[in-house]
Amino acid sequence: MTLIGEKGVRRILLATALSAISALLLIALFIIKEGLPFIFHYGLWNFLSSSDWEPQAGKFGIFPMVAASLWVTFGAMVVGAPLGVAGALFLSEFAPRPVMRVIKPMIELLAAIPSVVYGFIGVMVLAPLIRDYLGGPGLSVLAASIILGIMILPTVISISIDSIMAVPQSYREGSLALGATVWQTIHMVTIRAARSGILASIILGMGRAIGETMAVIMVAGNAVKIPHSALESVRSLTANIALEMSYATGLHRQALFATGVILFVVIIILNSAAMVAIRGKAARK
Amino acid sequence: MSSAPLSPDGPGRNRFEISKLDLFYGDFQALKSVEMSVRDRMITALIGPSGCGKSTLLRCLNRMNDLIHGTRIQGKVLLDGQDIYHASTDVTNLRKRVGMVFQRPNPFPLSLYNNVVYGLRVAGVHSRKELDEIVERSLRAAWLWDVVSDRLDHSALELPLDQQQRLCVARLLAVQPEVILMDEPCSALDPIATMKIEELMLELKKEYTIIIVTHNMQQAARVSDFTGYMLLGEMIEFGGTKDIFTRPSNKLTDDYITGKYG
Ligand SMILES: Nc1ncnc2c1ncn2[C@@H]1O[C@H](COP(=O)(O)OP(=O)(O)OP(=O)(O)O)[C@@H](O)[C@H]1O
Ligand SMILES: [Mg+2]
Repeated sequence: MTLIGEKGVRRILLATALSAISALLLIALFIIKEGLPFIFHYGLWNFLSSSDWEPQAGKFGIFPMVAASLWVTFGAMVVGAPLGVAGALFLSEFAPRPVMRVIKPMIELLAAIPSVVYGFIGVMVLAPLIRDYLGGPGLSVLAASIILGIMILPTVISISIDSIMAVPQSYREGSLALGATVWQTIHMVTIRAARSGILASIILGMGRAIGETMAVIMVAGNAVKIPHSALESVRSLTANIALEMSYATGLHRQALFATGVILFVVIIILNSAAMVAIRGKAARK
Repeated sequence: MSSAPLSPDGPGRNRFEISKLDLFYGDFQALKSVEMSVRDRMITALIGPSGCGKSTLLRCLNRMNDLIHGTRIQGKVLLDGQDIYHASTDVTNLRKRVGMVFQRPNPFPLSLYNNVVYGLRVAGVHSRKELDEIVERSLRAAWLWDVVSDRLDHSALELPLDQQQRLCVARLLAVQPEVILMDEPCSALDPIATMKIEELMLELKKEYTIIIVTHNMQQAARVSDFTGYMLLGEMIEFGGTKDIFTRPSNKLTDDYITGKYG
């Protein structure tokens, strides 16, 4: 510190922060620069709604991938949101404080496990179970939904716990003192008071599920088609980019970048929604 | 107030009879062999320096201390002759009979209407007509109806603090408790709002038994019929308010009310 002085340290930190931000901006700009011209060229509606993805024939309809991403994300929500919110409620309202203090960081650690590990478990354990007991190829919408549902648990649980714990104890006391049971207090007061945080946790989880790539490639089966049942193989938007980018050239390459732009916009919308949900709560207080 | 000094042994019905009540927070003894009785439709005040156990004693009466991990209780708290700490006690029912107003107003982040009907909803009353009637009656009884009747659907958190506190009283009256516990209900309020709550208490006394914790000795002298002075977890003296304030029998009480304490 003495060597470079306070001012020097501040400059270095500022430079680091600026370069991180500019790196992000550059990436965003690059994707948009590569992808946007294609969208104008091919037509946004055509691009999104056509079902034919045949790069060699110059057909770039990503509708099957859009449908796959939506289905898989929806499935992940069905699996992960109730489980996550219930887990958060249990840990914050019922479990003894010391237990919560140990378990919450452990759950947050689950987010640090590389997604390839989740995918591996999906391939080795889940997909065979689905194939043997429910039929189909195993690698499917269902498998991807379950794996993604588990992967978003840390996000949902951790943010939900924070918002449930931020509910003033006086609300709970007020409710119990009026003769409400613990359960009535939870669903009539606590959840309502924490709902914007809980909502934000679910939206952020959704963002994670849509953007997840490796695990989905491994367990969803990657067939380019519109699924008619949860047991069929599908290919998500992210998987499509990752699988084809290595050999794509020309228009094909641009189409993949354009897919990236679409994902980028969707995730920005989701994150903004989460932020609005959290802000809205702060404003109402 | 009647002119003859009140005494705990005088005529009248006791709602609460508390005897040899000890309470421990873990190893710390917060109440030491407390003896007290609470007369029906009278106001009983608990006074004493900070940390002496007033809130703790109050929270024993509707078993709110059950919520705090590691509390232990010995002795008896009888409500109309029934031990409220007996295993057969229905705690939610007890809390309906013995309601509580907290130090800081704590309306729920719901509409005014939904705040008032909360206690009824959890008790299973859902008829809209009945709820509407009770909302009006409770808000009138808490002197809030004329102020808020045109915005029952607004959030309760929009009200000024003193109206929030009266909303908390209204919310309580809606479930028709028998006893009302008030833990420093005016400490967050300005003098005018405080006066309003005091007047309200004198009005409510006609129908309800009230126990109030207060730091404000003038307030205890103004509104209460009985006063208990507590110090370090003990009930030093309990008696008619006039007696306590004019001729306390214990030197410690005298020191406190004349301001020599601390
Ligand atoms: N949850 C708790 N755990 C441990 N000790 C507690 C707890 N609540 C209160 N105490 C202790 O018990 C004693 C009595 O507390 P209590 O809140 O009843 O005092 P009080 O007379 O209401 O004080 P005040 O006038 O400041 O509100 C205090 O010494 C306090 O530190
Ligand atoms: Mg207190």
